[in-house]
Amino acid sequence: MTITLKYFASLREQLNCEQETLVLPVQGFTAESLRQHLIDRGEPYASALAHNRAVRVAVNFDVVAPGFEIPDQAEVAFFPPVTGG
Amino acid sequence: MSVSVQVEDFDVAQEMNNLRLGQTDVGAIALFVGCVRDLNEGLDVSAMTLEHYPEMTQRCLEAIVVEAKGRFEIKGARVIHRVGTLYPTDQIVMVAVSSKHRGQAFDACEFIMDYLKTQAPFWKKENTPQGNRWVESRDSDTQAAQRWVQPAQSS
Repeated sequence: MTITLKYFASLREQLNCEQETLVLPVQGFTAESLRQHLIDRGEPYASALAHNRAVRVAVNFDVVAPGFEIPDQAEVAFFPPVTGG
Repeated sequence: MSVSVQVEDFDVAQEMNNLRLGQTDVGAIALFVGCVRDLNEGLDVSAMTLEHYPEMTQRCLEAIVVEAKGRFEIKGARVIHRVGTLYPTDQIVMVAVSSKHRGQAFDACEFIMDYLKTQAPFWKKENTPQGNRWVESRDSDTQAAQRWVQPAQSS
């Protein structure tokens, strides 16, 4: 399946990437297993998305829990805790 | 009910009048404005840049306003959040709520602001003498939002 990935704020800078298209070999990825998949790419993903860092994941514009299953064609965003207002 | 995410500044008096004019049953308007400070975490801040996730921001703010309307007896609400580069004393955000009585207006205004700060996808980057730095989220903001969490309804 194919998904769009977006990165924001400090994650965008660390990865030097705003957006990418990712083709996954199988269905059934969750927010957490997708994060691990990206960490497994090595640096800079391993550091930016490391499990000891607070990273939020939004799927199709809603923040989701780690176990949320990602649908085909989804837009998945990774970002640090928000600091607006 | 309306939400705007914009680069431009806003006129608080104009926004307040829009909530008041012709609304004969409105007895209270609570209005909060957040501004850029020149000091944060011990460093001088000369400017800040607000980044956001455009496709998500509007919808997130609208959901917060809908939630507020479900929880509080309010008549109208207006939320404006600026993005882009801002300087000390600039207005960043406004939340205005109208109601029959002040209690609900105060509560709804605080509720919207607390949720906005912990849920809406905005990020601040500050320019300081020691370089640019991303603002860290604060536990106190999370705690402020926690107080609105309602206990699960028992059936």
